[in-house]
Amino acid sequence: MSAISRDEVAHLARLARLAVTEDELDRFAGQLDGILQSVARIGEVAADDIPPTSHSVPLTNVLRADEPEPSLGRDAVLAAAPDSAEDRFRVPRILDEEE
Amino acid sequence: MSTSTLPSYDDVVSRYEPVIGLETHVELGTRTKMFCGCRTEFGADPNTQVCPVCLGLPGSLPVANAAAIEATIRIGLALNCDIAEWCRFARKNYFYPDMPKNFQTSQYDEPLCGEGYLDIEVPGADGPIPFRIPIERVHLEEDTGKSLHVGGSTGRIHGATESLVDYNRAGIPLVEIVTKPVAGTGALAPEVARAYVAELRDVIRSLGVSDVRMEQGSLRCDVNLSLNKPGAEWGTRSETKNVNSLRSVERAVRSEMLRQASILDDGGRIVQETRHFHEDSGDTTSGRSKETATDYRYFPEPDLTPIAPDPAWVAELKAAMPELPRVHRKRLQADWKLSDHDMASVINAGAIPLIERTIAAGASSESARKWWLGELSRRANETGTELAELPITPAQVAELQSLVDGGKVTDKIARTVIEGVLAGEGGPAEVVAARGLEVVSDTGALTAAIDDAIAANPAVAEKIRGGNHAAAGVLIGAVMKATRGQADAKAVRELVIARLS
Repeated sequence: MSAISRDEVAHLARLARLAVTEDELDRFAGQLDGILQSVARIGEVAADDIPPTSHSVPLTNVLRADEPEPSLGRDAVLAAAPDSAEDRFRVPRILDEEE
Repeated sequence: MSTSTLPSYDDVVSRYEPVIGLETHVELGTRTKMFCGCRTEFGADPNTQVCPVCLGLPGSLPVANAAAIEATIRIGLALNCDIAEWCRFARKNYFYPDMPKNFQTSQYDEPLCGEGYLDIEVPGADGPIPFRIPIERVHLEEDTGKSLHVGGSTGRIHGATESLVDYNRAGIPLVEIVTKPVAGTGALAPEVARAYVAELRDVIRSLGVSDVRMEQGSLRCDVNLSLNKPGAEWGTRSETKNVNSLRSVERAVRSEMLRQASILDDGGRIVQETRHFHEDSGDTTSGRSKETATDYRYFPEPDLTPIAPDPAWVAELKAAMPELPRVHRKRLQADWKLSDHDMASVINAGAIPLIERTIAAGASSESARKWWLGELSRRANETGTELAELPITPAQVAELQSLVDGGKVTDKIARTVIEGVLAGEGGPAEVVAARGLEVVSDTGALTAAIDDAIAANPAVAEKIRGGNHAAAGVLIGAVMKATRGQADAKAVRELVIARLS
């Protein structure tokens, strides 16, 4: 049984703004399926007494004091922008809001 | 947009029950951003307070701001919330140019503060009516950048040809406070919504964790509203975004109630959607539809450690909470010797801090209250602004009152002085000097005006001589006219009677 359908891959590609061709959909669905099935095997050995883990290191409360540090500087910031105007990042007009 | 006439408000509330829900975003007043050391100064030049972390550049790693965590827990404590013993940040994934990382670091199913409540009051005919607003959660996230839409009509998405983005605001700690749905407020729903936001603002201000200025966007409110027939299930809700003044919160609830009732009356159905509130017209228009569930693919943020507030530390924070506004108000009401009704007027006008500061600047509580609730409230209403936004300071109001007390201007002329101060002509003393408003206390000038009035009205003068002091009004009027209203009517009356007895 496959863990991920072609439609789900298409949905994820759209959410990730990736242009994926019909051929690629089939190929990626197969590949992702293999990855998911491998990962799913962890579930076979994880007993009920093992909680799901999101962080590999058991740390909590790593915080910083509210002390200012130098920012990057506007010129350096805008140098990384594809385009800029009026000291701001220039982007294509925002079409409809999120679907 | 429908052009059919809307039903009346009374009619709507007699047939439908509103359910309101409020999501409020508060920008914290920390010196630095949530996950990096960039400064958070309002009004800095565009893109001067940004770094690899808040720009989401590859390889950068966030570290949470301890002061923001503490501020959020204190807000939670003030709202009687349970504080989480362990919680995580989460990535909320979406693409939008104002979020350069392509995800917002937020909290998902593990907010820092869980359920709580906020007690509020709205004025009623028989005294204040209490409501307990249940809080669903308080969580911590980061603000987005600011977009400037150019090419279309000023600053609006609609018709824009491109957007210019300033990321100074991106990454500023943002606390989101979400209420549970509030039913049972009936016709008072708009006032309850407003009172809740006002109370929340006052609570947060009292904690000193944010300047909570709605007009600067450091407090922003989304209003959810649905209508249902009595006894029926709750209806579909709309979400009106970015309602940015207390008055607008009240208006947005009201206008949504009317709009939804009109649709339901016609047998239509309410679409679950985001709506935009328009300050000018006071109504809302459709934004994005939420028919298709948004898929944010939340997952725990791997680059930030979980937060586990030490219960002993939380207890310390709780013990050190300042006097909350409700308690503070009770104390002021006793100090100022006000009835529930008068106190409600003060609260409703948002005048407490203004009156307090006016008193601190030397005015009596009576006079401070009189100016802020009388003349100044009237001016604020006329221009559709909040009292606190009027261009007159509490110190200037106290100065004006001292001019009245010192006999420099009459109570009536003081209103003209206010007009001058609001018009930007300077402080009260400057306006009095520049406009020549000082009371005519020059006895010579007054006596001459009185003699003229007596000469012009011999019959009236005779009556007064005969002991009919009520007739003095005619002469006082004539003198006031001659002095352009700048004489003290009481003094004139005494002088007239003295001269004719």
